[in-house]
Amino acid sequence: MSIATRFVSSGLLLLAVVVLAGPASASSGWNMTPGVTEISRAIYDLHMLIFWICVAIGVVVFGAMLVSIVLHRKSRGVTPATFHESTRLEIVWTLIPLGILIGMAIPATTVLVQMYDSGGEDMVVEVRGYQWRWQYKYLDDDLNEQVSFFSNLSTPRDQILGLSEKGEHYLLEVDNPLVIPINRKVRFLLTSNDVIHAWWVPDFALKRDAIPGFINDMWTIVEEPGIYRGQCAELCGIDHGYMPIVVHALPEDEYDAWYADQLQLARAEEQLMEQDWSEAELLARGEKVYATHCVGCHQADGQGIPPVFPALAGNAMMTGDFDTHMEVVYHGRAGTAMQAFGPVLSPVDMASVMNYQRHAFGDAGSSERSAPVKPKDIASFAAAQ
Amino acid sequence: MSAVIDAHHDDHHHGPAKGITRWLYTTNHKDIGSMYLWFSFIMFLAGGVMALVIRAELFQPGQSFVEPHFFNQMTTMHGLVMVFGAIMPAFVGLANWMLPMMVGAPDMALPRMNNLSFWILPFASLMLISTLFMEGGGPDFGWTMYAPLSTTYAPDSVTFMIFAIHLLGASSIMGAINIIATILNMRAPGMTLMKMPMFVWTWLITAYLLIAVMPVLAGAVTMMLFDIHFGTSFFDAAGGGDPVLFQHIFWFFGHPEVYIMILPAFGIVSHVIPAFSRKRLFGYDSMVYATSSIAFLSFIVWAHHMFTVGMPLAGQLFFMYATMLIAVPTGVKVFNWISTMWQGSMTFETPMLFALAFVFLFTIGGFSGVMLSIAPADYQYHDTYFVVAHFHYVLVSGALFSIYCAVYYWLPKWTGFMYSEALGKLHFWLSFIGVNLAFFPMHFSGLAGMPRRIPDYALQFANFNAWSTVGAFVFGLSQLVFLYLVIKCIRGGQKATAQVWDGAEGLEWTVPSPAPYHTFSTPPVVK
Repeated sequence: MSIATRFVSSGLLLLAVVVLAGPASASSGWNMTPGVTEISRAIYDLHMLIFWICVAIGVVVFGAMLVSIVLHRKSRGVTPATFHESTRLEIVWTLIPLGILIGMAIPATTVLVQMYDSGGEDMVVEVRGYQWRWQYKYLDDDLNEQVSFFSNLSTPRDQILGLSEKGEHYLLEVDNPLVIPINRKVRFLLTSNDVIHAWWVPDFALKRDAIPGFINDMWTIVEEPGIYRGQCAELCGIDHGYMPIVVHALPEDEYDAWYADQLQLARAEEQLMEQDWSEAELLARGEKVYATHCVGCHQADGQGIPPVFPALAGNAMMTGDFDTHMEVVYHGRAGTAMQAFGPVLSPVDMASVMNYQRHAFGDAGSSERSAPVKPKDIASFAAAQ
Repeated sequence: MSAVIDAHHDDHHHGPAKGITRWLYTTNHKDIGSMYLWFSFIMFLAGGVMALVIRAELFQPGQSFVEPHFFNQMTTMHGLVMVFGAIMPAFVGLANWMLPMMVGAPDMALPRMNNLSFWILPFASLMLISTLFMEGGGPDFGWTMYAPLSTTYAPDSVTFMIFAIHLLGASSIMGAINIIATILNMRAPGMTLMKMPMFVWTWLITAYLLIAVMPVLAGAVTMMLFDIHFGTSFFDAAGGGDPVLFQHIFWFFGHPEVYIMILPAFGIVSHVIPAFSRKRLFGYDSMVYATSSIAFLSFIVWAHHMFTVGMPLAGQLFFMYATMLIAVPTGVKVFNWISTMWQGSMTFETPMLFALAFVFLFTIGGFSGVMLSIAPADYQYHDTYFVVAHFHYVLVSGALFSIYCAVYYWLPKWTGFMYSEALGKLHFWLSFIGVNLAFFPMHFSGLAGMPRRIPDYALQFANFNAWSTVGAFVFGLSQLVFLYLVIKCIRGGQKATAQVWDGAEGLEWTVPSPAPYHTFSTPPVVK
């Protein structure tokens, strides 16, 4: 047993040195965030516990290795020992790690069980992944959709290309953040419209895959108001790096006021369709819709990235009849990255973006140009599907 | 029988054939071993260039160098090329060269199949790499090929990638069959299983893993092929399938695959540490049992790659516990290596430096592995750079360093000349510094919240990424030192003795250096 004793004593010595030298401070920026929920703090504590256990084991193991490298070298004229097995030692260093692992497994199990306790929620938000944006739907108690909006990267393309200075929240900013109340149990239902995405906000320690055709769930109770940022964490195609998540956690009363506003806006949106849209209004709105939904594949100049993402500029569809165009935008193209925008865009937005596409990449200026498609045309097309 | 012997009596083609036919038609395990090693090194450089493209793009925030679409092709191909083109063939090359000499056999058991299993590789790999030049670009969905990104949303070239993977898998299976047949049937008289050198043991177990899981991968990619071309819906929920099914099948292959790339490394290090400590390997029996335990456990932990897919609690707990258990046999191995050094008489030639770095850095990779196994914490680690750091510590400073360790250890036996120790040490230290500079900061960027497989990132990750890029270029370029060293060693230098290293043990050191074209035509007797 003398070897074991020397192993342990040399290791303990080194451990003492490291601990006295002071632990590496866990400042934010290079360690996991403790976050703002009970679960996220529990996970952070678990992470640090396992980390320090690893450090301790590392000190013992590497310490022994270092002592050996320094002392047991040929240049010091030592003759090698001849021992080469010890069943007792093997048993010892099988059982001790096993004990340590059990010590890790107990708190890990506790936290995991807590995370799976997803009942009793105060509200439900459906999170739906799209290439490459998130959609948030606020559901009522019967899981009917009340308020719904898309959340897109809002970092200007100039910053990505290095043409202008990058902002503080470069790539971590969106046009419409998810808004949730603090101190309420929010349950998320996750799914996807196309490929697998993963919704991750480190401050909540929430990460779950959004899988097409399936629904995953998770929950959180945020304790501090604030703006929290995250990103898609599952490779989902070309713009995987450009689908951030921003969550505004508001005090309960502010949230309630916000939600009431949103409900009103949703009603107003329904009225928009009745409005008589001029071509100029449609084009202006369409340009924004294009920049949000189409530009990732078809590019700002409409050249696309052939052959995966076909060019719109010069495409016969831009000058052809509206129905073919509408068919593709509404239903997408099966087997390609062109998704069905029918469930994504409102009739107003779809009419706007189609007009914009035809104006920008079709026969702008041609005298034979057909009259603009109106939101009502889209609605009647949709009704016929 | 005598007729056969007579027929061979006048046959004087005992040396290598001349010209290109030597390499095309050879059934000699040493020739085939050399071809495997050169092939894997070329693929290593190719995969390395892809890694440098990735690191160049990530040097600073913003889209600077390549477009996201090409970036995704680079991450995908880097993974596929390194796993199937560099690390696995390198180990098969080492097995070809060394297994027959270690067990006292004249050649591999199935020499013609040996030739075939090698010659599939260059063509399969060319097909794989050629996808980058096809219309629509190469595979861009990550080497893990998650459906439906790899099926419905994939570029057309995915079909060629699937065929290439089938071929690479066939090659691996043939290699594995050959290795098992050689080890089980062709050992010298007296070499019982528990007297086999550790490299032989680890490769025997690895070969069984290969035979068990390569067909599973073939099944997974075939199902992809059917979903893409024949209207099936294995991975499409709209047709009654399940995208997560792909991940289960892939990782049922993928996790044993990880051990396929590390068990032979354990074997190599178990030769080199005793040789340079001048002391027998500590706990030989427990090393064999630990290796077998790791191999067994590797089959029941696959879903720890999928903690975020939404498994039920019981599933999460099972895979968490099973994964944590792997730390036990792995720990036993590390403790045994250190006990082997303990009170030895160590010297620090290049193979030993790589072996020590292996133990040190692989253990760090093991620590991050234990952290990743903790399911609740994995919600924060999953698909971040923390994972990237973890598997590069085990695959680069683990598997790759062990391959370098093996090459330096046996190079004098192969060429008959000593390599330049100064260049070897230069290569080691540059690699050691480069690897740590490249991969250690990834722990921090991952913990701070940087997802993997993104072509651009938020500003707070900028410093870590800049360091990683500098490290990657130091590491990448220093491999040219190795290339120069090997070519120099083949061309000449100080003559190597048969023993080469004074502490080395095993049958391979009983034959002259360089090892003759045919060794052990008469089997040695092992006591």
